[in-house]
Amino acid sequence: MSTVFIAFQINEDTRPIIEAILADNPHAVLDEQPAMVKINAEDTLVIKRESIEELIGRKFDLQELQVNLITISGHLDEDDDTFTLSWKN
Amino acid sequence: MAVTALYDYQYPAADTQDKFHGNQLLYVGWDDHFMFAAPLAFVLPPSSKFSELVENTLTFAFGRHPEWAKIDFSKVVWLKSGQPFVPEMDKTLAEQGLRHKDVLRLQTPGLNGNGTYF
Amino acid sequence: MDMKATKKKLGLKEKYAHMTRGLDWETTYQPKEKVFPQATFEGIKVHDWDKWEDPFRLTMDSYWKYQAEKERKLYAVLDAFAQNNGHLGITDARYLSAIKLFLTGISPLEYVAHRGFAAAGRNFPGVGPRVACLMQSIDEVRHAQTQIHALSNYNKFYEGFHAGASHQIERLWYLSVPKSFFDDAFSAGPFEWMIAIGFSFEYVLTNLLFVPFMSGAAYNGDMATVTFGFSAQSDEARHMTLGLECIKFMLEQDPDNLPIVQKWIDKWAWRGIRVLSLVSTMLDYMLPKRVMSWKEAWEIYFEQNGGALFNDLAKYGIKVPECIAQCTIDKEHQSHQLWLTLCTHSHAMGLHTWLPNAEEMDWLSAKYPNTFDKYYRPRFDQLRELADKGERFYANTLPMLCQVCQIPMLFTEPDDPTKICYRESEFQGEKYHTCSDGCKHIFDDEPEKYIQAWLPVHQVYMGNCWPEGTDPTAEGFNPLAKYLEWCHIDLARDGGDYEGSSDQANFAAWRGAATQNT
Repeated sequence: MSTVFIAFQINEDTRPIIEAILADNPHAVLDEQPAMVKINAEDTLVIKRESIEELIGRKFDLQELQVNLITISGHLDEDDDTFTLSWKN
Repeated sequence: MAVTALYDYQYPAADTQDKFHGNQLLYVGWDDHFMFAAPLAFVLPPSSKFSELVENTLTFAFGRHPEWAKIDFSKVVWLKSGQPFVPEMDKTLAEQGLRHKDVLRLQTPGLNGNGTYF
Repeated sequence: MDMKATKKKLGLKEKYAHMTRGLDWETTYQPKEKVFPQATFEGIKVHDWDKWEDPFRLTMDSYWKYQAEKERKLYAVLDAFAQNNGHLGITDARYLSAIKLFLTGISPLEYVAHRGFAAAGRNFPGVGPRVACLMQSIDEVRHAQTQIHALSNYNKFYEGFHAGASHQIERLWYLSVPKSFFDDAFSAGPFEWMIAIGFSFEYVLTNLLFVPFMSGAAYNGDMATVTFGFSAQSDEARHMTLGLECIKFMLEQDPDNLPIVQKWIDKWAWRGIRVLSLVSTMLDYMLPKRVMSWKEAWEIYFEQNGGALFNDLAKYGIKVPECIAQCTIDKEHQSHQLWLTLCTHSHAMGLHTWLPNAEEMDWLSAKYPNTFDKYYRPRFDQLRELADKGERFYANTLPMLCQVCQIPMLFTEPDDPTKICYRESEFQGEKYHTCSDGCKHIFDDEPEKYIQAWLPVHQVYMGNCWPEGTDPTAEGFNPLAKYLEWCHIDLARDGGDYEGSSDQANFAAWRGAATQNT
């Protein structure tokens, strides 16, 4: 088993994003550090557009994640609905 | 292995002795004394006597350490490129085969900053 | 009025396919090999460039949109910082030594990375990597510019920020370490560049620089640095993905690529680790309020994250670089060995150092239970004793440098932390010295390259490092003073101990003035 992670700046844009990720990935662990959070998960982490849209009440393009993204680990697969990090092949 | 290149890759070395105005480089490290974080680089005429190296050059560089004055140079061990080397104090660097960019290590058994390696 | 139903927008994958494929043309009056002369000489075989896919599927239009948004956010913060005396919000002005090292040692590399990715993009015959390299090239010049802009706010008040990117990167002895690293990568072919910078530096190592360090900047109240750091890091996530994609692409294209790629990974992992060892001093010694130790950062970002990566690459036959065993030993020692070196050489540096105080040494003992009290605390104690007597120790002779990493030969033997590690090679009748098995191995593999190294200590001794018109035979000639003048360092202000510096005095006075009316 390998860990994937994603880190974001802490701000008003990322608060609902982090909330959505944690709800969609019950196995994920939140690591809070000054000015940033890092979300660690075994093997896979999935970010869903719909879950974020539900929390923010507007359309969301997953590429908006890039504005507040700090780092990722794992292979990325991104399409219109999901942003997936994994060490699976 | 040669450099993988688009053409014949040949460039001169940057630090050959001819660029040092008649001098040569010599490196000297004093083992077990990390007050001096790394071995030191000196530039000297090949005609310098080894005694001048010790009494002037090295004493200037290492002399601030309280143990420098305690060294009995008849009992020290010198290494050149890691191998035992017995210098002759009256001979010059050139006469005893010390070449450009040779490295000497000075070992002073019993002196190691009282076990702190400082 | 009749209104036609608008066609559904292109999906991300379709959009990426349209905007990164079929954009180039077949050459007619020159053969393709002449248009892309660097595409094959390194021995990497590529059969189908279209297999290259950017996992972010970022296209130029989205790139401009999101980068513009990042810039607006960044400059809003920088304006607020400048308008509100943001420089007085930091924990202590000695923290700025870390920022000076960043500005002088890292920001110029961002600029070289900009040039390097522009060149790589030009030299790859495939459209996918060309688009990705173009974006990264623009990112990198943005990083250089925003870092210089952000830190210019400190230059208005503090010493040592005035000439890093312009003069010092090519002259100062410790800055030759990062400079030579990038020169080495840039003078290789485009594929090796991608492994060197795209993979080893960006994917494997950059987290160690940006993540804990920027979080540390936040913890120390440095709004300007956090903001440019995180803004840059948002691009790094994309760069890391490019580096990983690049290595997978090379390995999937042809089995003959494996040994070449493995050799580059081994080389550039070690080169990168040596360069980043300077960051260890930032985390362990330079931050007045500490976030995590270098060793902890190393374990999270290198051992765990790199471990997951190499597990994954094993399916292609990639092995973990041999130098990892050495790194596991070094993580306990290197920040202490390096900081002791900087402390005894800051009379020839453009930033301040200081001896750790009692509370800081206790923190170091707790973080490094195996090594700090045993080896390093006694050395700091003795330096402190000298300093208290008014005899702060600075080395009066130039150190011997490693021919490859160019760091002074301060690292110790793998099996004995009390013995300096000496390694030696001979090439064409000339001796060359290296600091480790890793650097020796790199030298021996391509000696023709490293014999050209511009080693500052040797250059000083050749007489190449004085201001124009200097007469080294004149009476009272002071080589150190002339060297520093040539480096644009004013020793009375820029270097030496933080204790007693003008930065210390000014920070105290201005902070006092900010809270009182007299």
